[in-house]
Amino acid sequence: MIALWSTSIGKKAVMAVTGFILTGFVVAHMLGNLKIFQGEEKFNSYAVWLREVGSPALGHQQFLWVLRLILLAAVALHIGAAVQLTRMSYAARPVRYRRTEAIHATYAARTMRWGGVILTLFVMYHILHFTFGAVGYAPGQYRPMSVYRNVVVGFSVWYVSAFYIVAMIALGLHLYHGVWSMFQTLGVNTVGADRFFFRTLATVTSLVVILGNISVPVGVLAGLVR
Amino acid sequence: MNLTLRVWRQKNAHARGRFVTYEARNVSPDMSFLEMLDVVNEELIGREQEPIAFEHDCREGICGACGFMINGIAHGPKRGTTVCQLHLRTFRDGDHLTLEPWRAKAFPVIKDLVVDRGAFDRIIQAGGFISAPAGAAPDANAILVPKEDVELAFDAAACIGCGACVAACPNASAMLFTAAKVSHLGLLPQGQPERNDRVRNMVAAMDREMFGGCTNMGECQAVCPKEITIAFIARLNHDLLAASFKGRKPPRTAASP
Ligand code: FES
Repeated sequence: MIALWSTSIGKKAVMAVTGFILTGFVVAHMLGNLKIFQGEEKFNSYAVWLREVGSPALGHQQFLWVLRLILLAAVALHIGAAVQLTRMSYAARPVRYRRTEAIHATYAARTMRWGGVILTLFVMYHILHFTFGAVGYAPGQYRPMSVYRNVVVGFSVWYVSAFYIVAMIALGLHLYHGVWSMFQTLGVNTVGADRFFFRTLATVTSLVVILGNISVPVGVLAGLVR
Repeated sequence: MNLTLRVWRQKNAHARGRFVTYEARNVSPDMSFLEMLDVVNEELIGREQEPIAFEHDCREGICGACGFMINGIAHGPKRGTTVCQLHLRTFRDGDHLTLEPWRAKAFPVIKDLVVDRGAFDRIIQAGGFISAPAGAAPDANAILVPKEDVELAFDAAACIGCGACVAACPNASAMLFTAAKVSHLGLLPQGQPERNDRVRNMVAAMDREMFGGCTNMGECQAVCPKEITIAFIARLNHDLLAASFKGRKPPRTAASP
């Protein structure tokens, strides 16, 4: 395993596996978000349930913290490997071309690195915003565990919603290349039919995540979620 | 037809290079790109100037010696073609073309458009071979190989090692080259005994040469004159991951007579 990490392919495999975990989280998170359309009561009780999963075997928030630690580790490894690989790539071409032409690479593929940076910043903002209520609210507006209210109030500010929508498009692009890429890196798509399947899977995942998540701020702004 | 060329000129590995503009006048559309450069060079020699250095050998697209960037595309705009097989009819009269050498840390420029691709040789030396007892050539059908495997191995073996994949890759990665070489032996029965060591050693050699890491963009397959696809890169990844979970064999020592 250690020998594997020392190779460029090993680092990519780490990115693929952690990317897989994070994609799973993103999809689950998106499905959870959709519960907001079931109304205030259902949405708030979902938030309570998340903290009590596994009870009485597990204590308050125990399951949530295990999940958070796994995600945190995945993020750390994903970014760590990305930074190392990026530095390798920059070092591999010290003299740049006067002229280059992208023939095959998609916009999504070419923006993975900066897209990743944007997503990291977005996640920080997102946690400060909805988890801590530290940004985006007037003093006293944010009330812990009134998640439904907090979302509605938070997204009523149009530029906050706009920022979330842009971030979701960035996330979708990252997934469009990332989901396909992780199966390529793990070498499970060596024949034509599989390659088509994973390409489609990546497209669908990215579209579903974008549309599912955007529906929340759009719903708030359109007055569907009040 | 007439063309305007902006060519990278660099005296030697240590000199600083720069772009110099040349005119290719009255060249035939039926000429290959290299023949056109020959004409330009004749003219330069006539004026007692240093001709443009570029690599070439077979001029029929099978040796892998030639190659440079034409307007930012390795081997020029035509798919599945080396520059020696690229005809001027691909371009329009009066076109401006920028010619640059492959650019990668692992491929230092030797002169003008010529780069040192020794890094590829060292990747091959690390495992791109099979060990077999020498002697008379074995019967062609002594070992039966499934048709699909043969076809696939042949697709990979078509690699001529020109370096366009590295040149086109935004990361200057040598994954397509290494993938082709690892796959073509890994797919055949003769390649099995050394399969795990081969992939580990060749990937290690590739990383040592300071090539970048692949981000699955696919630029390499778009410029490969032999149209080798990145499905082979998936195969390489698969082989390396599989090999990493198997133990290393103890080194073999030659039996003393
Ligand atoms: S000169 Fe041999 S491939 Fe172009």
